[in-house]
Amino acid sequence: MRVEFAQAIIDQYNFQSQQVFLTGDLGYMALEQVGNTFGERFINAGVAEQNMVSMAAAMAYEGFIPWVYSISPFVTLRPYEQIRNDVCLHNLPVKLVGNGGGYGYGIMGATHHNLEDIAAMRVLPHMKVYLPLTGSDIANVVATMLQDPAPNYLRLNQGRDIEGLSSFAPWRHVRKGEGAVVIGAGPVLANVLDLPQDITEQLDIWALGTLPVTEIPEALIGAIVRTGKVITIEEHYAAGGLGEYLAGILLARNIGVPLRWKSLHAQGYPNDRYGSQQWHQELNGLRGQLLQQQITTILQ
Amino acid sequence: MADDNIRYINLCTRALSIKKRFLLMYSRANAGHIGSSLSAAEILTFLFFEWMQDKDEFILSKGHAAAVLYSTLAEKEWLSEEDIDSFYQNDTFLAAHPPANKLPHIPFATGSLGHGLSLAAGIGMARRLKQSEDRVFCVTSDGELNEGSIWEAAMFIAHHQLRRVVWIIDKNNLQGFGSTQEVMNLDPLADKLRAFQFDCLEIDGHNFEAWREAMDYASTCTKPLAVIANTIKGRDWATYENKLDSHYLPFKELQYEETLQRLEHQHREQVAKYHN
Ligand SMILES: Cc1ncc(C[n+]2csc(CCOP(=O)(O)OP(=O)(O)O)c2C)c(N)n1
Repeated sequence: MRVEFAQAIIDQYNFQSQQVFLTGDLGYMALEQVGNTFGERFINAGVAEQNMVSMAAAMAYEGFIPWVYSISPFVTLRPYEQIRNDVCLHNLPVKLVGNGGGYGYGIMGATHHNLEDIAAMRVLPHMKVYLPLTGSDIANVVATMLQDPAPNYLRLNQGRDIEGLSSFAPWRHVRKGEGAVVIGAGPVLANVLDLPQDITEQLDIWALGTLPVTEIPEALIGAIVRTGKVITIEEHYAAGGLGEYLAGILLARNIGVPLRWKSLHAQGYPNDRYGSQQWHQELNGLRGQLLQQQITTILQ
Repeated sequence: MADDNIRYINLCTRALSIKKRFLLMYSRANAGHIGSSLSAAEILTFLFFEWMQDKDEFILSKGHAAAVLYSTLAEKEWLSEEDIDSFYQNDTFLAAHPPANKLPHIPFATGSLGHGLSLAAGIGMARRLKQSEDRVFCVTSDGELNEGSIWEAAMFIAHHQLRRVVWIIDKNNLQGFGSTQEVMNLDPLADKLRAFQFDCLEIDGHNFEAWREAMDYASTCTKPLAVIANTIKGRDWATYENKLDSHYLPFKELQYEETLQRLEHQHREQVAKYHN
């Protein structure tokens, strides 16, 4: 999604004249063209994320719309209080962009992963989180973020294209089925689509694209009531993640049916070992055999 | 031959072995960060084979150079060659950055820049409280000094006179997306460190004789010591020596073999020099 992101930023440059782009000393073979396009409005703020975020807040106060780019943990967790106090408390249009997220940085290891970003970002006042599913979502997301006068966080990851996917929206109905509802966010959802067809055709699959969740589509409520089964999937810890969040919302809606609920989420580093993003997903039951088993169990 | 010369030959030979091991690791893994490890190779060689004592602790704050650390630990026989072979493979302890929990002589997971010097300060303070004289050596990069946390740690170390902490700065003048001159000028770095009340040395970080002098000097210091090791990123990787690309690119085609040849050649010259 990083390539699409750079392209989208370049495409938007002429339409929104208040943009500035700050990077935390990253962008080799990725942001060179953004730099050329933005000229003096492209600022390498160095390896100094806390300073970069507070500066961005102040530039937003001065009327700019700052993009703030780094690897996901370094643009969310490292400058967390700067985001809370300087950006969110003041409801300023700072656009945080985290490359990676989940196990996206694979073999780079735990310091480069982010299994807490959704929880950390979604609880902040005014903050809106964007969780694109595929690269083709990005142009739309970037345009939407530029319209949004609030603080935003964009989680970029590797995403394969999904055939027949409608354009980016807070909720998308990805596939129809009658066995169980699956709700997911981000490219990890595609791992469900990759399961054998006799499984996927039983699944009613929904993609959540933005947080906070302001409403739940009636069609989704209908599917939950009909199937009585909900599976959530996210490349993130359970605590503060999608599963917990949606469970709370549905409980409050009092939909009145007993549900079988299964949250599929990251466990972290159960054996202290590392590998590719796919390997971590498999180990955590977010992909392949183990994912299939868990979904099959729920379907039975 | 003078004892000293034998010592230098041994160090050069250790360095060659450490470099050869991590270059093979990078080559097999088709991985980047080669330049970052080449930059720090003599620093780690000297620390682990000359300066550090048994109970001294080491923190590689520039965690992205993990391969030079793993290779040095293997040279010490603290990691097995089997461990080394697993670098970058699925199901490995040896991720691209030093991991948490599992490995001897790696006290903390690093990789997020700007943590290591604070960890060193904590170890230094703890050891003072425990009335232990054991030291902690911390290697940071230069781009890493952009992080405010580095200067928080520096102030603390100096204020508390934590002479058990030895801070080494791998100053290769390149960082993540440009040179330090372009991105965030650090100079005059020695003046900054002295103003922070460090004793500060600037040395050729690839030269073991300079390291010997630094080590001897350390025992006479009355303040905490910071060593600015002037280094070359990607040293001896002909194509990308002293270039930003050496941070990111893996070896292509014959670059691995060419680099090895250059290192072997250089080593023969070093040995010859100390034989005379
Ligand atoms: C907190 C944090 N921000 C950003 C990065 C991404 N990053 C990895 S290495 C690097 C800069 C490399 O330059 P330098 O620190 O000088 O290391 P060296 O040249 O010795 O390899 C950056 C920005 C990081 N690892 N941690």
